[in-house]
Amino acid sequence: MTSQTYQDLLVALAKDDPDLVVMTAENRAMIRGLPELLGERFIDMGISEQTMIGTAAGLALRGRKPIVHALACFLVMRAYEFIRTDIGIGQLPVTLVGYVPGFLSVANGPTHQAIEDVALMRGIPGMQIFCPADREELLAGLPQVINSGKPCYVRYHDGDPTYHHRVPCELGRAEAIGEGDVALLTYGALTNEVYAAQTLLRSRGIETQLINLRTLAPVDKQAIINAARSKRLLVTIEDHFLVGGLYTIVAELLLSQRLTAIVTPLALEQRWFKPLLYQDLLKHEGFSADAIADRVERAYREASA
Amino acid sequence: MTRGSPQPLTDAERSALTEQALKVREHVIRMSTGGGCFIGASLSCTDLMVYLYNHLLDITPETVGDRQRDYLLLSKGHDVPALYGTLAELGFIERERLRNHLKANDAIYWHPNREIPGIEFHSGSLGHLLSVGIGIATDIRLRGERNRVFVVLGDGELNEGTIWEGALVAKAHGLSNLIAIVDRNQFQANIETEQLIPLEPLADKFKAFGWNTVRVDGHNFDALQGGFAQLLADAVGPSVLIADTVRGKGLPSIEARADRWFVNFTPQEVEALLAELHGEQAAQLTSKPLIVR
Repeated sequence: MTSQTYQDLLVALAKDDPDLVVMTAENRAMIRGLPELLGERFIDMGISEQTMIGTAAGLALRGRKPIVHALACFLVMRAYEFIRTDIGIGQLPVTLVGYVPGFLSVANGPTHQAIEDVALMRGIPGMQIFCPADREELLAGLPQVINSGKPCYVRYHDGDPTYHHRVPCELGRAEAIGEGDVALLTYGALTNEVYAAQTLLRSRGIETQLINLRTLAPVDKQAIINAARSKRLLVTIEDHFLVGGLYTIVAELLLSQRLTAIVTPLALEQRWFKPLLYQDLLKHEGFSADAIADRVERAYREASA
Repeated sequence: MTRGSPQPLTDAERSALTEQALKVREHVIRMSTGGGCFIGASLSCTDLMVYLYNHLLDITPETVGDRQRDYLLLSKGHDVPALYGTLAELGFIERERLRNHLKANDAIYWHPNREIPGIEFHSGSLGHLLSVGIGIATDIRLRGERNRVFVVLGDGELNEGTIWEGALVAKAHGLSNLIAIVDRNQFQANIETEQLIPLEPLADKFKAFGWNTVRVDGHNFDALQGGFAQLLADAVGPSVLIADTVRGKGLPSIEARADRWFVNFTPQEVEALLAELHGEQAAQLTSKPLIVR
């Protein structure tokens, strides 16, 4: 039977693979059933992210495939040097699942905002970055990540899908939705808002192509290059600092290809976001479907002028 | 060979250990030129390394990849010349290979890495390998196996918070197959530990964390034999052996001096130090310590 939830999937994978273990720094919200379902293969390390990462490295050295589940900000930042030094230098097959990344930390405040996580993780050689748009992609991509034999950071999002995915989720392969003069490049939870914005833009006479990148490392270079060659405007949309995220990835790629393009970033510039509940937050920060549509339309008018 | 025997060392065993430790110290001294090495910390743990590999660890050059082997993790890292020398004396690597120290054609540098047979994991960033050891020990326990994990910590390294995180977790998870060894040479990089971040009473700290704790002279093989026998007899939960040592042990001209931590000696000074090691007159040293931290 196909797994319906993240927890179900972990249990199903663990059943098939005796080497799989799940670890957490006492972040049990999405995995409350695992102590009972996995027994000793569920390892709660307490609130000790650094020791958890070192322990994951030790487990991986013995042939285990650790899935480390913790709050994205503390996993990525408190334990960064452990990830870089133990998992990165060792190139160990550890899956790092960052819970409530980006805007998903909602009203917690800046201490909990992982909006530099992509920048930090892509600074580690060999680290894959998987950013599922919704639960369907999370469940489809996670087995690929866990069995890749390489380290991976997962920008966890398990929200309901708001559209039907036409392209099977495959690491390093983007999904393109629609055709048009504007490419909307995005990843993770915001994909749903961008999809809704695409519909709004169509009603305003602007046809766009949504490019859901799914993984930022490896990134689907050809999808970005094709967009740069064929579109009047590229818009990168991300709940991440402007520095080091998708906009940076696009800039590096276009420079290396000697391509010029008009690229408008929708990202967080030199500041943390206003702590609010999710829908209020999207509106306040200009990332609701309406706000995205308005900002894209404005950029498109400027690019066409 | 009996590993972790509670029996006292025989005279022949003690002599063999003493002789091998002298050879390892020679290797360490020879690595202290042509770029230099962390000679002080390497000499403080030389006797420990020689004792562990000869009398406690169940690992040989033939079983270096065996799942049942005991693991030794060198967490403080910069003392790796003592480990290189011990591995060379025991045949894990060729003795000649030590001449490649700091050469581009090999991977024998200032901190450990897995390209050297017998080295389990890289280190150099302090406070990492206790947690890696917890992971290895956890897997061994999950699989119902009997091998053990030894983690060598520096005393300065105990400043790092992850040591104490790990101490809590190892106790909470009841890791009886995890044994830490503190090379208590009284110095951190530039200064005596007690002048900067005092550690004493150190045994009481580990006891308070619920660890089985013994403290012995880390240069006395009989004391090490007795200490480990006491520590490992029916140990429940993690254990620590605090080894009181002397930085630079074996070379009076550099022993227990804050300014002889990392030095790049001239070839002439190396010859003089080798003579001093063998009981001749103290070496006349003019090379300045390198500031690497």
